[in-house]
Amino acid sequence: MDIIEILFTASFWAAAIRIASPLIFATLGELICERAGVLNLGIEGIMVSGAFAGWMAVYSGTGLWIGVGVAMAVGMLFGLLHSTLTVPFGLSQHVVGLGVTLLATSSTYYAYRLALPEVTSPPKIVAFQPYEIPLLSDIPLLGPALFSQTPLTYLAFVLVAVVGLVLYRTPLGLAVRAAGENPAAVASQGLSVTAIRMGAVIIGSGLMAVGGAFLTMSAFDSFFFEMVNGRGWICIALVVFGSWRPGKAMLGAVLFAAFDALQIRVQQTSLGAQVPYQIFLMMPYILSILALVVTSRRAEVPAALMVPFNKGER
Amino acid sequence: MRLEPVNNPSFGRKLVPPALALSATIVIASLLAMIAGANPFSVLGLIIKGAFGSKFALLETLNRATPLIFTGLAVAVAFRAKFWNIGAEAQLYAGALITVLLGTGALAWPSGLILPVIALIAVFAGAILLLVPALLKTRFGVDEVVTTLLFNFIFLLFISMLLEGPLKDPMGMGWPKSARLIPEARLPRIVDGLRLHWGFALAIISALCVWLIQTRSTLGYEMRAVGLNKQAAGFAGIPVNLVLVKTALLSGGLAALGGFSEVAGLKGSLTLDLSPGFGYTGIIVAMLALLNPLGVVIAALFVAGIFVGADSMSRAADVPTYLADIMQAISLLLMVLAIMLTRFRVVRD
Repeated sequence: MDIIEILFTASFWAAAIRIASPLIFATLGELICERAGVLNLGIEGIMVSGAFAGWMAVYSGTGLWIGVGVAMAVGMLFGLLHSTLTVPFGLSQHVVGLGVTLLATSSTYYAYRLALPEVTSPPKIVAFQPYEIPLLSDIPLLGPALFSQTPLTYLAFVLVAVVGLVLYRTPLGLAVRAAGENPAAVASQGLSVTAIRMGAVIIGSGLMAVGGAFLTMSAFDSFFFEMVNGRGWICIALVVFGSWRPGKAMLGAVLFAAFDALQIRVQQTSLGAQVPYQIFLMMPYILSILALVVTSRRAEVPAALMVPFNKGER
Repeated sequence: MRLEPVNNPSFGRKLVPPALALSATIVIASLLAMIAGANPFSVLGLIIKGAFGSKFALLETLNRATPLIFTGLAVAVAFRAKFWNIGAEAQLYAGALITVLLGTGALAWPSGLILPVIALIAVFAGAILLLVPALLKTRFGVDEVVTTLLFNFIFLLFISMLLEGPLKDPMGMGWPKSARLIPEARLPRIVDGLRLHWGFALAIISALCVWLIQTRSTLGYEMRAVGLNKQAAGFAGIPVNLVLVKTALLSGGLAALGGFSEVAGLKGSLTLDLSPGFGYTGIIVAMLALLNPLGVVIAALFVAGIFVGADSMSRAADVPTYLADIMQAISLLLMVLAIMLTRFRVVRD
């Protein structure tokens, strides 16, 4: 099949939207953290923990949405740990973030081994099923691509708008953005920079975990080791690519996912079969680096990103 | 709450927080082992016995520490200049790749010649690999954390491609594994009969060299100045970008030397599981060592001890082996907190 032909099939765009969904959750989560001034490198591990927690909850008999809630709660716990160390104690955000990733990943694997000691292949759950939105899903091409997705995908796109509105149209959003740009000004207004930053990291980490849960509860129906496979790091690149704006970050995620969906399809063509599969697997990472190079010149980095705030200091 | 610097920390203030961090790590690990059904009071003993309890255990710990000294040094050098190299994993594989490219018959020279040549080219390869993120940072302002992290994935896929293609050992029964090194390209053992190779000695020498560079050379001074305050260093006439590039070259080279040492000293061939995350663990080692090159040696022995000891403990007590990783993560997080508390006092408003 020709590449141009692939671009005009509904199944291709449906796949792109599906692949973009977990990235959107996690990218929004990272964006909220960074907007408040905290780089959260715990993202990769938090996604792993969310993927496991949500799936395990459903496997133990809870409803799907409760599972999403459990995943979010676990993510928020790791967010609490991360933000306690990086915000009031002002420890290196790089080191704490990588430490949280290692802790979240290894404790998830530990829990998995304890919960399912003997299994060779992990059990499956009944995952979220596609829900066809009446009328809209009948539109040719667009309908099956955009409006026959699972509820979690719709939630991801709704969240883009919600996060955008909160960040730019509410006093809370202003406080979060100010904490990332000029924390001293926030403190002079009588607000607690510590509380705002910690809150942002906790909420953001919750969203990252939901992004991970999407993988086990919507994209697939089971949990595997190495499942997240660097998606968290890609989301960090997507935040930069999106200039720290929710809408642009979403566009970046869809663009990235479309490319990912395309490479899977090209891999299956007769031409693609002659290329080592590793080349295709490298593409997302190479693309992320290229995106960073292209956008970094005009990036509007939050001025106080990675700068700890200690009230006593002037 | 806020933090106030302590000017002349007392002996107790320097000692108590790290000791508490260490004890807390052990308590948490014991509790986790208890959840898995093991006797929590036997955990610490089993770890120490597994890491240092016999000649075999001790040699295993030293062998495990060797690559960690290299990656720990690579990270310590880079972090000192606030260059966040998270890509020691890829640079280690770059060194390993050069070792099998040149050591499986391409160069048929005597040991005394082939080993230094391979080591040098391996260092060069690791340095070049980190040069790309370094230049992206200095030229385009691209954050090196993300690029070095993503490079790990790219480079491992590249190695996987080579191992399933041109580098695949025809005698390997279909496994993605390189051919074995020729005997001349193997690092000999330090003492006959003891499973410890010259890579360990090379690691110690490297640590001394890095310490000398950092404390006795202009470059070391410049690296510290750039790390403390980039702008001030620039005003003082230090070529900040050039120093960052030199730091990157040194850091990448050190990690690659770890790959050379693992392949030429221990494994003898290249597989995709050469490193169970030595590059990432190097970050833990460097942080525990307070970025001090000589401290890296001690921290690497400690982390390797946890790894070997927890591995042996988990087999003895039937606990999932991931406990070792959890212990490393907790000791890292608690130790950075403890080290901060030795220098700052928490004050309530």
